[in-house]
Amino acid sequence: MIESYIPIFLVIGFAIVFAFGVLLSSTAFGPQRPTSEKSSTYESGMKPVGTTRERVSIKYYMVAMLFIIFDIEVIFVYPWAVQFKKLFSEVGISVFYSMLVFLVVLELGYLYVYKKGGFRWD
Amino acid sequence: MQIPIEYYLILSAFMFIMGIVGVLTRRNAIIVFMSIELMLNSANLTFVAFASYMGNTIGQLFVFFVMAVAAAEAAIGLAIILALFRNKMTLNIDEVNILKW
Amino acid sequence: MINNAQEFYNALPILIIGTGILISLLIEIYAEKRKIFQPWISIIIFIAAGSYALLSIEQKSTLFMNMLATGGNVNVFYFIFTFGAAVVTLLSINYLKKYGANYGEFYILVQLSVLGMMLMAGAKDLIVIFLGLELMSVSFYALAGINRKRLKSNEASLKYFLLGAFTTGFTVYGIALIYGTVGSTSIDLIAEKFIELSNNFLFITGLLLFFIGFSFKIAAFPFHMWVPDVYQGSSTTVAGLFSTGGKAAAFSAILITLGALFTAGGAHTFTPYLAVLAVLSMLYGSIVAIAQSDIKRMLAYSSIAHAGYLIIGLAAGNYQGIAGIIFYLAAYTFMNLGAFGIVSLIEGEEEANLDIKSYAGLAAKYPMLAALLSICMFALAGLPPLAGFFGKYYIFIAAIKADLTWLAIVGVFSSAISVYFYLRIVVLMYFKESEKDFVVAHNSTGLLAVIISVLLVIVFGVAPGTIINLISSFL
Repeated sequence: MIESYIPIFLVIGFAIVFAFGVLLSSTAFGPQRPTSEKSSTYESGMKPVGTTRERVSIKYYMVAMLFIIFDIEVIFVYPWAVQFKKLFSEVGISVFYSMLVFLVVLELGYLYVYKKGGFRWD
Repeated sequence: MQIPIEYYLILSAFMFIMGIVGVLTRRNAIIVFMSIELMLNSANLTFVAFASYMGNTIGQLFVFFVMAVAAAEAAIGLAIILALFRNKMTLNIDEVNILKW
Repeated sequence: MINNAQEFYNALPILIIGTGILISLLIEIYAEKRKIFQPWISIIIFIAAGSYALLSIEQKSTLFMNMLATGGNVNVFYFIFTFGAAVVTLLSINYLKKYGANYGEFYILVQLSVLGMMLMAGAKDLIVIFLGLELMSVSFYALAGINRKRLKSNEASLKYFLLGAFTTGFTVYGIALIYGTVGSTSIDLIAEKFIELSNNFLFITGLLLFFIGFSFKIAAFPFHMWVPDVYQGSSTTVAGLFSTGGKAAAFSAILITLGALFTAGGAHTFTPYLAVLAVLSMLYGSIVAIAQSDIKRMLAYSSIAHAGYLIIGLAAGNYQGIAGIIFYLAAYTFMNLGAFGIVSLIEGEEEANLDIKSYAGLAAKYPMLAALLSICMFALAGLPPLAGFFGKYYIFIAAIKADLTWLAIVGVFSSAISVYFYLRIVVLMYFKESEKDFVVAHNSTGLLAVIISVLLVIVFGVAPGTIINLISSFL
């Protein structure tokens, strides 16, 4: 019973060793020039300490809205990718083209947002 | 051990009613919207429970569509709420009342 | 997937609109003179799709693995949606400048909502109904708030959005329960199992929740709260689209599901529920409309009353009822668009001239506008020989054939009440002195749109028999 878990333990062990190895080697060998900006919790992000009722810039919401839309469309690509080989042998190349049409429509939306300046930060 | 389908249905009905109560009692537009999302998710839970109970995949497929549509609704809802906030500086839906006869 | 040329031709109305949306997006991004092009291109797209739908009306088939039906009354609905939207677009060209929201997105959103309506009208599966409903609703939320700098517009779109999303929750939960009991979302299969499941608590709850969601979209009585506020707050042409296209699309989806249940022998299961809904909507809409002083709110309450008349046809539960509903929807679309069109022409900058008193003495100053508005008002009131009369006539006849004579009598009574507030406008225009002095800006495209809709109303009134025979032959 326990033998079947050995590969998992191996992976966990490797992950721990690798993660700490990378961290330690970068502190050991890398150049260190700390500034106050660099050593804050979220570098070039929000200030970690302050009032919790602070208003967030409206730009964050714009990015959040666009992220939700383009992120969620991927859920249609996953099942397609999983079933692709089976569908390809049954229906043929049109399986590929139907997803291509979907992605082209999505890209047009992306292009629209880009040209309208939806991603412009300033 | 198989969990009976009734458990899922009762849980999702409970979630659905919580959503309705939230919509009817809360006054902040964002929280009302979160309650609506809770209603949609209770429907998703029902779909998935039935799909696994009956062993067909239509329910799971429907959940994908509901999720995508909910995302689109969330985006447009946030946009509407933002536009209102820029003009009115409030999210309380009781104060949004200039259209009355 | 499209397997052969014939299927491609049958899907063409939907494909034209779908491609048109992508083209309009590209124009919006790249074209220099997009403000001039955009509306005309979308009008051409609508008319192409609508005319093709009329030409291929005999080609009945199902597409995409039994997901979408074409031909027959589906194409009649396609015609209503596309021509209605073309009229709305034509009205909006000059109106939007006056309203201060001349964005190209407007035309793309109208096209998107029409695509959603077409999916609803042709659906053979609850998934397609749901997707169409949401495509339409999401575009409508954005259209209601198109003037993002104006607080009224914001408020209208927030109210529409919150209540619309709330009822979407009901619809989806209803579909989940239907799916759970039937084991499929195909409408044919649901109809097949209807008799077997008619005592199943979950199934009936699911169907009721599903219809509650649609009662909101058609603005029937207990779910009507949003209608006056949204119509008043959003731009006048968009309100015209909500009250015609949106209502027709929701009715088409109800007709698809209920029509399938009729063939399964479940015609009268919902009659008591629908009859109560019809009586409440008609009386509430007609009585409250009398008290309104804003013309858009008056038209909103009248649209609640019209939803009531249409529900009588559903309650009748026979094929005459369905044919009557489709005819009434076609007539109602154009007479209401005509009325909203005139209101949008007379509306001044900053939403001036929207109260009913502004219409006093209009006939002396603008006889053309007054005459067109009078025709629309007579048609909405249901006076013969205009289209509205025959719509009501067919629906009441269907109710009498289904032994619902009392419902028809309530309907006639309610239309008698409604004559009062429609004719009040006509009386104001012709027999009262003008109180306010204002100039109606010349707007040739808007006038053209109104004339087209009034002509269609007259055509429907002159030849109702041929149209109703055509619709009945497809049932």
